[in-house]
Amino acid sequence: MNRRENLKLLFAGSLGTGLVLTACSPEEKLADLSPKIAGTPGGRIPEEIKRDNDLLSDKFFTDHEMAMLTVLVDIVIPKDEVSGSASEAKVPDYIEFMMKDQPANQTAFRGGLMWVGLQATERFSKPFTEISASQQMEIIDEIAWPDKAAKEVEAGVKFFNLLRNMTVSGFYTTEIGFKDIGYVGNTPNVWDGPSKEVMDQYGLALDEKYLNVYLTPEGRGSIATWDEEGNLIS
Amino acid sequence: MSFQIKPSKDSYDVIIVGSGAGGGMATKILAEAGLSVAVVEAGGDWDPAKEEDRTQLRFPWESPRRGASTQIRPFGDFDAAIGGWDMPDEPYTRKDGTEFDWFRSRMLGGRTNHWGRISLRFGPDDFKRKSIDGLGDNWPIGYDDVKPYYDKVDKLIGVFGSKEGMRNEPDGLFLPPPKPRLHEMFMMKGGKKLNIPVIPARLSILTKPINKDRGVCFFCRQCNRGCQAYADFSASTVLVKPAMKSGQVDLFTHCMVRKVTTDASGLATGVSYVDKRDMQEYKLKGRIVVLGASACESARIMFNSKSTIHPDGIGNSSGVLGRYLHDSTGAGRSGIIPEMMDRKRYNEDGVGSNHIYSPWWLDNKKLDFARGYHIEYGGGLGMPSYGFGSNMDVIRKHVEDEFGKPSPNGGYGAGLKKDIRSLYGSTVSMSGRGESVPQYDNYCEIDPTVVDKFGIPVLRFHYKWTDNEIKQAKHMQDTFEELLLNAGAKLLGTKPGADTQYGLLAPGRIIHEVGTTRMGDDKATSVVNSNCQTHDCKNLFVVDAGPFVSQADKNPTWTILALSWRTSDFIINEMKSKNL
Repeated sequence: MNRRENLKLLFAGSLGTGLVLTACSPEEKLADLSPKIAGTPGGRIPEEIKRDNDLLSDKFFTDHEMAMLTVLVDIVIPKDEVSGSASEAKVPDYIEFMMKDQPANQTAFRGGLMWVGLQATERFSKPFTEISASQQMEIIDEIAWPDKAAKEVEAGVKFFNLLRNMTVSGFYTTEIGFKDIGYVGNTPNVWDGPSKEVMDQYGLALDEKYLNVYLTPEGRGSIATWDEEGNLIS
Repeated sequence: MSFQIKPSKDSYDVIIVGSGAGGGMATKILAEAGLSVAVVEAGGDWDPAKEEDRTQLRFPWESPRRGASTQIRPFGDFDAAIGGWDMPDEPYTRKDGTEFDWFRSRMLGGRTNHWGRISLRFGPDDFKRKSIDGLGDNWPIGYDDVKPYYDKVDKLIGVFGSKEGMRNEPDGLFLPPPKPRLHEMFMMKGGKKLNIPVIPARLSILTKPINKDRGVCFFCRQCNRGCQAYADFSASTVLVKPAMKSGQVDLFTHCMVRKVTTDASGLATGVSYVDKRDMQEYKLKGRIVVLGASACESARIMFNSKSTIHPDGIGNSSGVLGRYLHDSTGAGRSGIIPEMMDRKRYNEDGVGSNHIYSPWWLDNKKLDFARGYHIEYGGGLGMPSYGFGSNMDVIRKHVEDEFGKPSPNGGYGAGLKKDIRSLYGSTVSMSGRGESVPQYDNYCEIDPTVVDKFGIPVLRFHYKWTDNEIKQAKHMQDTFEELLLNAGAKLLGTKPGADTQYGLLAPGRIIHEVGTTRMGDDKATSVVNSNCQTHDCKNLFVVDAGPFVSQADKNPTWTILALSWRTSDFIINEMKSKNL
């Protein structure tokens, strides 16, 4: 069953909807799952369409900055046994867009890249992208751990916090990220509370008082009616 | 987005300004009574069931900003509400260094397109606060006057909840509430230890059908995006669109009402508006004018409706127009439940808001502040969106390895990924929403020095919290800590102190502003009578939250709907009796 058919069923008149829906499996969703950088769809007003198009046609990072950013995001989110890397999830493209969407971060971000680049040239006389991985990590390790970083590199720490925030956020809002984190929602379903197994794990149980009050999938089949005291009778 | 219908009639029985909860309900009741109705809306048409308007069930990567907020959509790129806190074409100002933030939505259905659907009745005490604590004023009506309309609203629109028999939290005609999410069960457990009630939420979301026109909830947690099945309440999908089927309604979109026009005797003759598309002024004639533009926008229209008979604005002979403006208080805190780390994954979206809430449970006579608050709860395995995982520099330390050794804050690499997975779904938040005491000195008025893009003088706000609200926020913070700790949570961040008024948000931020055209029997101290009819002009009515004398610790929408229906019945009866 696809999403459209699902939604048709969700309109009342097709009673017993709840039961039909519980038979749907999540992999039947028909969404376009490729990460894309295009204007947001859905009910946009002309000012929004124009703004998205303007931002998309503009370019913030230079090619060199983009190359450096690609190295950096993969330090934050590398490929591991669970999922791919930030660059595989096109995080640099996302950050490029966000720089233009939230220009207040531009100076801090560009300046942070410069700061890291200057560390590389001062210590190793080469751009950050041309030094070895261990040399790169020597610089990064000084700024990646806010609680133990030296005071003198606070600007670098702030930049790396911003980079980490944007990379993590950009990665986990892609299909690769969803699979990594195990998010399985955003699809029609019938909520029936945590499973008994989950409740047992934490020693929790539904309050007895509400057992006959809570919604059950079977209870969705009829149009609601109430008695004179306001009790739901169907 | 479609365009307006051109004027089709010389004169209407009723002109309704605004299509949100108040305007929408009046449209439905008056049109179905056979009256000809013009609805004038400052924004565009919008229908979440149309594919071109749909943001529901979209994934974050369909937005280049992954759902981050924009100026037009402060609640995120997929949020339905179009407008925001700052609209460049429609400014407002503030006075004497005070704060007030004004959220507007310019679209059919107004702010009901994205609200939290928390649908609480005011209780008997909420209409008579002055009798209890001597502050503010009593309403000229009581719970018994409104109860029949709450019942009708419940049946027409649908609300889930549980019958609790709490005197000041009246039960309604409820649909079955959804079972709690896992973190909500932790919070219920914490509440039980402290004797703080944590009960099923009361939300206007259809957990089962109430008619054949609307679908039922399919649990995507996205009511704020508008529902393509019409399974939640918004004034556009549930009231205005069905009312238009009567053939009695002409809808004017993108039309910004400037003033109520009057005749020599001071009676309303219609409205004057600017069409935002051609920037021309137009007039509509009507026997009755109903304002439902929102508490502040309706006051603005009334201020700007000056004439010889109404020199200070229509309905303002008392001088209290715009006065007693008040918003709910708001403060919050979050925590992390270590026991919930590394939790099993499943679809925990549920409905578009919390499945539980805490109604006010204490007696203010034993406290150092006057009015109560309710608590809303957040958390769960929500859909990652912009901002996800953006605090690992401060919260990563809460993850411990099998030997109890905490992870360092910040970092990178496979270890960081692992810890993000551990933390997912283990954080919880609490938000208090409380009643403030209305003040004569908290108000909106016309700023004589500024006009909007349409040449219409704008509002200027003056608003200060009093000790009551600040002490209430302090109490909220104490409660949040106590309940979070009893639910097994570790507290995140530091406890807001006196320097920040205990985390009390700026006036306006909760978007429950009410009171600008308050109701009363005495025309010297109120703008409308108990039927929401202006004292000064018998064919002018206000059906938004402007007439609220006090606001309760409840969200205002359900009461706006009930009062608008009650006012609409009054209008129909008065027309039948030839009084209008």
